Amino acid sequence: MKSLYLYKKYCIIHLKCIMQHKVSFLLNTIGIFLMSFNLFLGVYFMMDRFQQVKGFSYEEVLLCFSITLMAFTIAELFFRSLDTFDSIIRNGEFDRILLRPRNSLFTVLCSKIEFTRIGRLLQTLLMFAYGILYSTIDWTPFRIIVIALMVLGGVVVFASIYLIFASICFFTLEGLEFMNVFTDGAREYGKYPIGVYGKTVVTICTYIVPFSLFQYYPFLYLTGKAEHAWYGLLPIAGCLFLIPAILLWKFGVSRYQSSGS
Amino acid sequence: MIQVEHMNKTFKVAKRSAGFSQAIKALFQRETETIRALSDISFSIGDGEMVGYIGPNGAGKSSTIKILSGILTPDDGTCIINGRIPWKERKEHVKDIGVVFGQRTQLWWDVPIIDSYELLRDIYEIPTQTYEENLEELTELLSLKELLKTPARQLSLGQRMRCEIAASLLHSPKTLFLDEPTIGLDAVSKLAVRDFIRKQNKKHNTTVLITTHDMQDIEALADRVLLIGKGTLLFDGSLPDLMTHQPRENATLDEIIAALYRDYDI
Amino acid sequence: MKKYASFFRIRFIHGLQYRTAAVSGMITQFIWGIMEILLFRAFYQASPESFPMTFQALSNYVWLQQAFLALYLIWFWESQLFDSITNGDVAYELCRPVRLYNMWFVRGMAVRLSKAVLRCIPVLLFAWLLPAPYGLTLPADFRTWFFTLLSMTLAFLLVIAFGMIVYMSVFYTISSQGIKLLASSVSEFLGGAVIPLPFLPDGIREIVNVLPFASAQNVPFRIFGGDLTGREMYISLLLQCFWFITFLLIGRAMEQRALKRVVIQGG
Repeated sequence: MKSLYLYKKYCIIHLKCIMQHKVSFLLNTIGIFLMSFNLFLGVYFMMDRFQQVKGFSYEEVLLCFSITLMAFTIAELFFRSLDTFDSIIRNGEFDRILLRPRNSLFTVLCSKIEFTRIGRLLQTLLMFAYGILYSTIDWTPFRIIVIALMVLGGVVVFASIYLIFASICFFTLEGLEFMNVFTDGAREYGKYPIGVYGKTVVTICTYIVPFSLFQYYPFLYLTGKAEHAWYGLLPIAGCLFLIPAILLWKFGVSRYQSSGS
Repeated sequence: MIQVEHMNKTFKVAKRSAGFSQAIKALFQRETETIRALSDISFSIGDGEMVGYIGPNGAGKSSTIKILSGILTPDDGTCIINGRIPWKERKEHVKDIGVVFGQRTQLWWDVPIIDSYELLRDIYEIPTQTYEENLEELTELLSLKELLKTPARQLSLGQRMRCEIAASLLHSPKTLFLDEPTIGLDAVSKLAVRDFIRKQNKKHNTTVLITTHDMQDIEALADRVLLIGKGTLLFDGSLPDLMTHQPRENATLDEIIAALYRDYDI
Repeated sequence: MKKYASFFRIRFIHGLQYRTAAVSGMITQFIWGIMEILLFRAFYQASPESFPMTFQALSNYVWLQQAFLALYLIWFWESQLFDSITNGDVAYELCRPVRLYNMWFVRGMAVRLSKAVLRCIPVLLFAWLLPAPYGLTLPADFRTWFFTLLSMTLAFLLVIAFGMIVYMSVFYTISSQGIKLLASSVSEFLGGAVIPLPFLPDGIREIVNVLPFASAQNVPFRIFGGDLTGREMYISLLLQCFWFITFLLIGRAMEQRALKRVVIQGG
């Protein structure tokens, strides 16, 4: 509870900072939105040309796209500090964070709240609403829970990836570009149900990085392409990914070497 | 009370070399070098002492400060501050210390100073009354009154350093670590900072450990000097003792120190 | 000329230093290429007759795009240049006996080439080893190679000339962000980085094809895969020349005017 109160205080100070740079904030928000709008255009034109892909209709693809992008955007909104953690280490900010009488991970998360993602969040909500209204999904209370679990599971999986990414920075001191495969790549390619990419990719995205657990399998159940109701609960299993991520972070903090000077 | 015994710390750093062929080579293999930042450092500082910590660049001053403040873990050796091991009981430990890094800021760049202070109040969970009292006292002693409503980015370096020092003392720490607090300041600000540190030490019996390259800081503040070079503690004694190491008659403090560095080959 | 050459050399070597970045960049490009091809395969299976190019040509397009990302991605901005204009450091550059436009142009070439050189060979090699039609298929005739290289050069120059316009525009506005973002997002889609331009619907495609961004990676990569040939190819090459010269002239004119203003302001 105390932490939540402090987080709110940080939120307020972040907002105050934004008010000092209104134009730049607005432009940034629009820019982020435009980038993901490009993705939407890509999906739109491809589905317009081909009508369906692996049995998924345009409305279904759009719904799947919006769930992935929404999870990603929420994760970015709150956990973006981990994505830029290499600079936090390099400019010595992490030293200062360790000087605070608080959990270090919590203080890192407080140091950045990426409000510029709000434009994209709106976009995902619109696509989400369209997908729900026009797809032929047979809505039951359980399916509504499933769709909520998908978003939640997605946020947790993306947050875990960010956390692993940040933990690695303790050892390399620089960000590793290929980690983007898991974050930006997942945003980019998660616009279609993962099954579209074939069996191998689904396997990798089940056992190595659990994207399929919050995206593909529950979506199969949602759209009635698979009968197993337990598919709908797989996002919860995906959340287990957070455990190794936190362990790695703890290990990283214990091995922290402050940057020179 | 700070007690450090037989402390060692090493770092691994990557070598980087110049030239075209070297750059290509570095693509495939990178050599690392182990640097001994601190070797077998021992000292103890009593409550209320003011100690200057000097040495050339890269001697290990900052590493020591970072270990003492719980940021870094030494390879071996012990360090006990106020009865705690800094890196093991970090959260409790940092409530008792204040740290100022002269080259970095902990103030929020775009919001008025007072907003930064209020956030610190919440971070450290300082009781409202204590906060008010401390703020009032610091505002008075550091003449911050006009600065509190100004964003940090609009302040001069000297003004910002005063705000910075106040920020580190809001939670009434018993120990204050100052890492080059007067770097880049003009004469007036330097005097103000020194004067304040002295007063703070007198009034609250705050233990002060200060690293600096400015020997006037040492002259004005330190009862005792620690000299470190290449990771080894070379001298631990009073300033007058240090002064006996005169290269020639009437040498300035800077000349004495330069001679010391030369003689110790650091 | 010599000073520009040595300037190029410094920047090029500087760019080569980032080893880990290069390795992880390569891994990224492999994976993105594979994912892209798997995705298009799914669409191909959905409806082969709706596919606007051969799958072979599409694979070539994807792999070249991944291999030469550093050359043609518009949004590889150098924040240093933006900063130097906004904070006034550009004044130092003006003190040197070289023309700002030329120097930055050369710098842009060096930075992008040093990035691309490290990354392209492994990516191309890997793609070449993949089974047809998913890998890189080398064209048999010399003419295609020649026109691909010519077109790649033109596209490269065009991308840098466009970047120069964006850098120069910062002299005229306070914040570089807006222009940067708009240029990035528009060029990304219209350049064929999101989906290859042949996949756009009729009516839209014809318009996009004559816009400047279509003259970047779109042209050489399609020539290489045999998707762009004959009369259409010559028109595209001419368009590339046209847009490059246009961008060059605009950029240089902007530089001249901006510098005059800087001098006046500087007093």
